[in-house]
Amino acid sequence: MFKSVYNWIDERLDITPLWRDVADHEVPEHVNPAHHFSAFVYCFGGLTFFITVIQILSGMFLTMYYVPDIINAYASVDYLQHKVAFGQIVRGMHHFGASLVIVMMFLHTLRVFFTGSYKAPREMNWVVGMLIFFIMLGLGFTGYLLPWDNKAYYATKVGVQIAESVPVIGPYLASFLYGGDIVGAQTLTRFFAIHVFFLPGALIAMLAAHFIMIRKQGISGPL
Amino acid sequence: MAHGHNSNEKVVYVGDSRVKKNNHPNIPPDYTSFPGKSEAFIPNFLLKEWMVGCVVLVGFLVWVIAEPAPLGYPADPTNAAFIPMPDWYFLFLYQFLKYPYVSQDYILLGTVGIPGVMFGALLLAPFLDTGKERRFYRRPIASSLMGLTLIACVYLTVVSWDHYQHQLEINGQVPEHIEREEKAREAAEAGKERPNYTKPTVEASLVDANDPAMDIAKQAQCVGCHAADLKGQGNAPSLIGVGDRLSKEQLVETITNGRGNGAMPSFKESLSTEEIDELSTWLSKQKATAE
Repeated sequence: MFKSVYNWIDERLDITPLWRDVADHEVPEHVNPAHHFSAFVYCFGGLTFFITVIQILSGMFLTMYYVPDIINAYASVDYLQHKVAFGQIVRGMHHFGASLVIVMMFLHTLRVFFTGSYKAPREMNWVVGMLIFFIMLGLGFTGYLLPWDNKAYYATKVGVQIAESVPVIGPYLASFLYGGDIVGAQTLTRFFAIHVFFLPGALIAMLAAHFIMIRKQGISGPL
Repeated sequence: MAHGHNSNEKVVYVGDSRVKKNNHPNIPPDYTSFPGKSEAFIPNFLLKEWMVGCVVLVGFLVWVIAEPAPLGYPADPTNAAFIPMPDWYFLFLYQFLKYPYVSQDYILLGTVGIPGVMFGALLLAPFLDTGKERRFYRRPIASSLMGLTLIACVYLTVVSWDHYQHQLEINGQVPEHIEREEKAREAAEAGKERPNYTKPTVEASLVDANDPAMDIAKQAQCVGCHAADLKGQGNAPSLIGVGDRLSKEQLVETITNGRGNGAMPSFKESLSTEEIDELSTWLSKQKATAE
């Protein structure tokens, strides 16, 4: 049954090469911890992606309850944390997952750096990886404001003030982030939009580019 | 092509679409041509990866269940005592900007100059370190620069955190999320409800403030003791919401005869019975919760 449905689709759209390319690509010995335990350092990239998936899923569930306005934001997070079934766990996953993503990404970056894997012909993938790094930091910064507690409020205020001190573009950057002159209602909705739509969109595009390049070039060879 | 195809055509399409008819066998490659013990990504390697993933996920969930995500008190822009603190992975930058020559007059160097060079160098690393050598111990310049940067970042983060702890100690403060958790725990132990910081604080206000009875209240000098907005002052209680405490009859009695040995004087002389009645009717409507 499943096979005949698959064949019916495959005959029309020729989908086999798409997944076969992913499925059949070789995992060389030097990156396989089953053969060399020290190859666990090659796991950090995959773990980063794994935690990123957790972040996307937990974030999707959080938006079911979160309300991005200054009157209700804190109350909705409080409700989520204390009243919603498993809300504490989902919020915890998103909160601590954010730190974990940074840690994993950091370790992955160090692995790539110290194994010299960014060298020709993989320069572009390194640059895309660094852009992913910056997007992740941006996600961390914008997400920090959303619970709208004092920690969120003052950290954002300080952060935007630092951005504001940049000459020429600083004031524009600050008024773009603030949506006005202070951290207020506009700032919160802006950060929410950036955190939930703009940056994840950019992140997914960059991740796709990252993975397509890896598939195209293969993993870097043994040292 | 919709008209069928003759057998001399090299490429055979499916119907009139651009999908080529597939006639290559669906056999996975063996990896004998690769050096070492290569294996297929799916399912061999992915299965192992999933097992690692499951272990990581379980560990992560245990952590998350054991340690609730922090939440402080609602944002209060007038709170001057709060010590701002970014998330831990920004601390190195936060601390860096506190040093002389990268702050105040030199802030340009601190926000754009040095971080720009560092992050720029990181972004463009493949174009700066163009040698063929990949082993880190054969690339002393790149490796030692990265090593130094790492040490500096760790150092700055630790100093920043230390400084924060020190400041908390000086101010006798506890981080809000910890204080909040502590209070919730105490309330739970005392069998009370968890303190709620999200209740909307509705400003209590007069019901029917334009009622003619307000003029009586002004003329009769009620406002002298109970304040111009009737919110009370000194020992004179607020009259806002007085309707919740006293009935109309009790109000008539209080206004007519006074209360508390003259603390609230008698208005028998200065107001007519009708005026007292009107005033009491109005005051009995002063309920905090709108009906």
